[in-house]
Amino acid sequence: MSTDTLEAPVIETVKMNGLQAINAALFEAMEADPKVLVLGEDIADNEGGGVVGVTRGLSSKFGTLRVRSTPISEQAIMGAAIGAAMAGYKPVAEIMLMNFTTVAMDMIVNHAAKLRFMSGGQSQVPLVIRTLTGAGNQTAGQHADFYEAWFAHTAGIKVVIPWTPADMKGLYLSAIQDPDPVIIIESGKTLFVPMDVPVNQGPIPLGKANVVMPGTDLTIVSYGQMMFTVMQAVEELTAAGVSVEVVDLRTISPWDKETVLTSAEKTGRLLVVHEAGRNFGPGAEIAATAQEALFGKLKAPVGRLGAPYCAVPFAKKLEDAYLVQPPEIVAEAKRLAAMG
Amino acid sequence: MSDTLTNRATPDAATQLDIYRRMIRIERNDDLTRQQIRRGRITAPYYSARGQECIPSAISVLLNDDDKICTIYRGIHDMVAKDMPLRPLWAEICGRVDGTCKGKGGPMHLTHPETGVMVTTGIVGSSMPIANGFGWAALLDGTKQVTVAYFGDGASNIGAFHEALNLASVWKLPVIFVCQNNGFAEHTRYENGTSVDLIAKRAAGYGMPGYTVDGNDPLDVYAHAHAAIERARAGEGPTLLECKTFRFMGHVFGDNDAYMTKEEKAAAIEADPLPRFRQKLIDDGVASAEDLDALTARIEAEVNDAIDFAMACEFPSDDELRRDVFAEEIAAKEIYA
Ligand SMILES: Cc1ncc(C[n+]2csc(CCOP(=O)(O)OP(=O)(O)O)c2C)c(N)n1
Repeated sequence: MSTDTLEAPVIETVKMNGLQAINAALFEAMEADPKVLVLGEDIADNEGGGVVGVTRGLSSKFGTLRVRSTPISEQAIMGAAIGAAMAGYKPVAEIMLMNFTTVAMDMIVNHAAKLRFMSGGQSQVPLVIRTLTGAGNQTAGQHADFYEAWFAHTAGIKVVIPWTPADMKGLYLSAIQDPDPVIIIESGKTLFVPMDVPVNQGPIPLGKANVVMPGTDLTIVSYGQMMFTVMQAVEELTAAGVSVEVVDLRTISPWDKETVLTSAEKTGRLLVVHEAGRNFGPGAEIAATAQEALFGKLKAPVGRLGAPYCAVPFAKKLEDAYLVQPPEIVAEAKRLAAMG
Repeated sequence: MSDTLTNRATPDAATQLDIYRRMIRIERNDDLTRQQIRRGRITAPYYSARGQECIPSAISVLLNDDDKICTIYRGIHDMVAKDMPLRPLWAEICGRVDGTCKGKGGPMHLTHPETGVMVTTGIVGSSMPIANGFGWAALLDGTKQVTVAYFGDGASNIGAFHEALNLASVWKLPVIFVCQNNGFAEHTRYENGTSVDLIAKRAAGYGMPGYTVDGNDPLDVYAHAHAAIERARAGEGPTLLECKTFRFMGHVFGDNDAYMTKEEKAAAIEADPLPRFRQKLIDDGVASAEDLDALTARIEAEVNDAIDFAMACEFPSDDELRRDVFAEEIAAKEIYA
């Protein structure tokens, strides 16, 4: 190898899926810091190590006082996590599915998110809420909703939705050490699709978006499992001669305004794609912010794609229609690209 | 059935006097708070606990400084009994920057970790699940610390109560669940909202002892709290104490308490634990009337000093809106609108 050619440093990687990546992050965090705790329904090895196996092996290694299976009691889970966090621990609390956070909303919204503020800074609540959701598995109305906007609208809690296994690991490592409550939404398919993860994947800062792909005609912002859909659409758009810059938001709150606005200003066009309902969804916040910051600088109005105003349906055909599909993204991107 | 206590601990003379001191501290503080509101010197929602003095007083003499409490909007008596200093308490009630929470919590959300006041919540039933977390931490730390969760009778009908008792029992947490049963949930009579005649009976459903206690008798509260705290410190798990009492005032300052009958209120005031306990201390030769008068005067001066202090404090600056949202103060300003 000649010394005068600049080459990208070789990073050793391993293939793993999201749940393996989170499992690795939890192991590392618990090993490095005895204050890290894990609790949730069925999470200890006697109960199977979690419904999808994210916590497998942890209780055998760290004991059931640090890795606690709980009764089916979402308020009790969140309450215990809050108290332990205030007492100096760093609990990672699993709420099996995002729809069940509704049962613990008081604990999350009125207590975890607000205790620092209401106590004038005396109380710290450094906890992580892990939860899973996403349409695509025919689980219908009560097992597949995205509620990131509810939490993003609440002051005092950070909201993270990773896409790649590498990001999962890095964002988990940061979230666990964050001094404030963080909810991490594990987004359906993202847990199960293997990708390359750097062997020594370290923490990735919260609140930083990732420019996945550079482009010049249009910026598409998305996150979570919808990134798979976006990437499929982008392949088609590229083939059709539309150059797309793709931004994976990664953290929904606080979202990385700088990266998104810089990209939108550069390309002149912005399209936000998410799985959550379009009405009052995160796309509305991003679109409004872009409009305020870039009024007169954009070549087209900001586009928004999200779920229709209905519950997640059961029938496969309806569920496909419910989820934003690549052709919709392609059509909307082309429409915007043709403007200005 | 609610359980019966077999081994009854009794407080010695000094401890009885200490219970009385805390009761008077609560009563004087409550009386002067209502006076300040009546005079228009402070504007704040205020939930008087007049009549309930003896419960946290007889419990607090058994607690160490590092034992914790999680309490509710009607919980200032719990904090005063735990010996929270009155100056920052008053400054908080008055919304001043020198308050325990810089004026951002107010009378329903006081926090003062130095005296073990960890959470004060305005959401009925929420003190219990969080108290469990402190209990879990004590197990992990290997300390003998206990946490007391205070709540009302109405709160025992909320899901959080049931979830919290079940979890505490399964995990054998050092938590004492103290229901201050004053007979009303807001304006609703006990029997119109609660399915059992004694809340203590509910403990049986969660595999823990449950006692119905005379919440107007300091010695009865002391004996039961003593047993519960010993049990918790010995690693045997939680206890439910239902302390029966009555609140003399309306639900919130200014409500006209038409939902109480004149007779029951008169009977409750007749049974006021304060003068009764005072007389008992004098009769038993624990203290003289003069000693107790001097104590009251000293405490009244302490409260008045706290009020004067609070009134002289500044209000928080508008910057406080952007502070304490997250650990990084800048986050709220720069990243959020
Ligand atoms: C979850 C919730 N529901 C309703 C209220 C309104 N509220 C405030 S106090 C109260 C009555 C509670 O009674 P109880 O638990 O007996 O306590 P007490 O006030 O008698 O001490 C109600 C209904 C509330 N604060 N929180």
